[in-house]
Amino acid sequence: MTDTTKSTRQVNVTSKTSVSVLFAGDSGDGMQLTGTQFANTVATQGTELNTFPNFPSEIRAPAGTIAGVSGFQLQFSSKPVYTPGARFDVMVAMNSAALKANLKDLHRGGIIIAGTEGFDEKNLKLAGYPAGSNPLEDGSLSNYILFPVPILQLTREALKESGLSSKEIDRCKNMFVLGLLYWLYTLPLEGTFETLRAKFQKNVHMAEANIRAVKAGYFFGDETELFANLGRFDIAPQKQHGVYRRVTGNEACAIALTAASKKAGLQLFLGSYPITPATEILSTLAKKKKYGVKTFQAEDEIAGIVSSIGAAYGGALAATNTSGPGLALKTEALGLAVILEVPLVVINVQRGGPSTGLPTKPEQSDLFMAMYGRHGEAPLPVIAACSPVDCFYCTYEAARIAVEHMTPVICLTDGYLALSSEPWKVESPDNLPDITPHFHAPRQPEDPPFLPYKRDDRLVRAWAIPGTKGLEHRIGGLEKQNETGNVSHDPENHELMTKLRAQKINQIADSIPLQTIDNGPKNGDLLVLGWGSSYGAIKTAVEQAIEQGYNVAHAHLRYIHPFPKNLGEILGNYKKILIPELNNGQLIHIIRDTFLIAPEGFTKIQGVPFNEMEILIKITDLLKELQS
Amino acid sequence: MTDNSTIPVLPVLIAKDFASDQEPKWCPGCGDHAVLQQIKNVLPELGIAPENIVFVSGIGCSSRLPYYLATYGVHGIHGRALPMATGLKVSRPELSVWVGTGDGDALSIGGNHFIHTLRRNPDLNVVLFNNEIYGLTKGQYSPTSKIGLRTVTSPSGVIDQPFNTAALTIGSGGSFFARAFDRDGRFLRSILKRAALHKGTSLVEIYQNCPIFNGAAFEAFASPDNKANNTVYLEQSKPLIFAKGKRGILLDGFQPIVVDLDKEGISSSDLWIHDEADINKASILAHFADDHADSEESLPRPFGVFYAKERITYEDALTAQIDDAQKNGSGTFEELLKGDQSYVIK
Repeated sequence: MTDTTKSTRQVNVTSKTSVSVLFAGDSGDGMQLTGTQFANTVATQGTELNTFPNFPSEIRAPAGTIAGVSGFQLQFSSKPVYTPGARFDVMVAMNSAALKANLKDLHRGGIIIAGTEGFDEKNLKLAGYPAGSNPLEDGSLSNYILFPVPILQLTREALKESGLSSKEIDRCKNMFVLGLLYWLYTLPLEGTFETLRAKFQKNVHMAEANIRAVKAGYFFGDETELFANLGRFDIAPQKQHGVYRRVTGNEACAIALTAASKKAGLQLFLGSYPITPATEILSTLAKKKKYGVKTFQAEDEIAGIVSSIGAAYGGALAATNTSGPGLALKTEALGLAVILEVPLVVINVQRGGPSTGLPTKPEQSDLFMAMYGRHGEAPLPVIAACSPVDCFYCTYEAARIAVEHMTPVICLTDGYLALSSEPWKVESPDNLPDITPHFHAPRQPEDPPFLPYKRDDRLVRAWAIPGTKGLEHRIGGLEKQNETGNVSHDPENHELMTKLRAQKINQIADSIPLQTIDNGPKNGDLLVLGWGSSYGAIKTAVEQAIEQGYNVAHAHLRYIHPFPKNLGEILGNYKKILIPELNNGQLIHIIRDTFLIAPEGFTKIQGVPFNEMEILIKITDLLKELQS
Repeated sequence: MTDNSTIPVLPVLIAKDFASDQEPKWCPGCGDHAVLQQIKNVLPELGIAPENIVFVSGIGCSSRLPYYLATYGVHGIHGRALPMATGLKVSRPELSVWVGTGDGDALSIGGNHFIHTLRRNPDLNVVLFNNEIYGLTKGQYSPTSKIGLRTVTSPSGVIDQPFNTAALTIGSGGSFFARAFDRDGRFLRSILKRAALHKGTSLVEIYQNCPIFNGAAFEAFASPDNKANNTVYLEQSKPLIFAKGKRGILLDGFQPIVVDLDKEGISSSDLWIHDEADINKASILAHFADDHADSEESLPRPFGVFYAKERITYEDALTAQIDDAQKNGSGTFEELLKGDQSYVIK
């Protein structure tokens, strides 16, 4: 009897364009699950959406401490959103540590829904509040709209006859919160009920208890006087018609590799070693056996890439996925793939470094390694994805370049893209570009000798795979004679081969799209040149700057090596170039080196993504400086 | 009426058909020449077309092997031949995949891959050229060099305990281990053939002479007298007898004992009967090498197949999982893109 569209009481419903919510609690509080379920419900309404989970690198950091806080942020909106929100409007804080860790990012005047049980003496002490002070009671939160809710007590009351153990009942408190937020944002409950029934198929009691907790949260919103003044909110959906799914960056990479193998008519082989935050690409593909996908969890990063090189030599679409430390281990093998000239997709999900660094946090600091991190002259294409959905298109493009140009390709994503999600309008196979492998045909004894390194006009050699009659040949890591591929130490030949390999990569610029301006004038005062996951923050900041009347444009690079052929021309059309990066300045070096210009850098190395406000401030400061 | 077109006609190939146009660049007297010759002798006997054979190698003298064979070949990077071969075999199970590697390549820089490949058991034929030295880099000690060996990097003698290849193979879950000797061509050929026919990872350790940097390594088994007294050739279901029939090996509990067959009134039926499928016996055989063959009571060095027991290969197990996942049809392109959690916005 749950009418989820209308409140039983007369509570005001205010329409809003967009809202950013943070679910934060202890890592054991189920905040990731709550956030994911809330996002699914929002998405199925057709609302624009962007999510970002933020959790500690320890599986179970000490309960109640700041280190143990796990958060899930999402922004949903009537218009396109590209970030989870620079600051959130609503924060659910299941305990005092969650509040303390995140309060600085809550809008002044924002809503706090605090689970009061998480603010007892013990929790306050663990979170580092001075003895005797409780932020829920001492007036320190007077700049916010505070709703203290005894979440645990209300959940226990709702489930006292559920037959569940008290431990199990307590674990349902996140569903109470979910229900309360559904009420607050006038969202339907049925989708969640279905999910819970499917999830606890074998435990009906558990499913029903969770459903009851969701309902209890919803009815609490309805019945309590607490929210009478605030009222409820409604975010009108604006999505176009169609079939959608919500994807994270890592899922999108995995789907793209499989799609590329289907399009190319090749078997997909992924040789990989688990590493945060790249592992979901391996685990997602391990579940794609129905599509004939072969995954190989190797003994180490090196075996991961080398097994893929073996599969590529055998004619498979071969890939490996990793993060910084793993890419470092793969560099020698990447050189082998370069000299063998076999197709290989390397997805590097960047994280904070050096060394183990910040394993669960994003950073864009592997660009130099992707570009130059090999011994010898070993150029290869480098491309970068800019959003969770773009991880699909970028990985697919990496596979296309690898197969059609017989080269390893590095596709850069990062921990932010990998774990963030957004709705993706499901692509039709026909709309995806063709991927055409060039296999060498069998050879008869009377045919001219087979030349494994004979090149076409794009300087690409043919793929000569074992099992093809008459093409038996031997190749390897040693420098090879031009065309024959036989071992050669001849000085001029080595120079020739080095230049041919570099030229082959440079010529890929002929087959990639020209650089476009994402937003703003074609020439003017300032161009913000970005790459990778900073897309959303830059896009939002530039949109706002343009609205405020600033002369600024945004271009976002997908192809970093080789650059699109018109990039130099574009850069010449603006008085100033601003390059924001989540590193200590890497793309800026490459741009300076390639185009002999002096862009302005803007770096952030904090293990967290840019937010639109800091970029907006940088843009306006620069433009004011330029005008004075 | 017989339709001959469906029967593949394989030309009769001989050893020289498997020689590539490249001249081997190994030193004169190097054992690698002999191993190459026996591989060329064995390949025609397998009835596999050359285009369906791939030799994969790492780095080192022995890893030049693929260049000299008229099959497909990849010369990879140091230590990594086994994962490269695994990736190839997993994606192309129908190919005959061989690995040429050395003691440094397989057991030092590639040690991790060695143990993990053996436990996974892909159907690879691994030919491990063991010369107990680094040859290509000019004579540094290797992980199989004997304690005390003086080399450029061990001027006072090696102090590292050497790896026991047989024990390492069996301990890693290997399904096949055999030892052969470069100088005993006919025997080597028979062992290589056994290895090729074994389904799973077959590890053949070949004592291979490096006349330049470690010529004395296998002297104890080289001359006819030494060979007779210090080696025992294993044959399935046959007693362990050596020294021209004069001595045998008895198993007293877990303890192998050398017995004099003339003097002690022991008949061959009392002796240790070789059983390739017995992993416990194989483990005891593996440790014969710990005895340094310096007295009459010393255990001889075993040659032949220590252990051979087939179990499911990695690629077959993976293929079976894929077949199972596809038993109700393989996934379509549309299904792939749509996933199972899509929703419609009307």
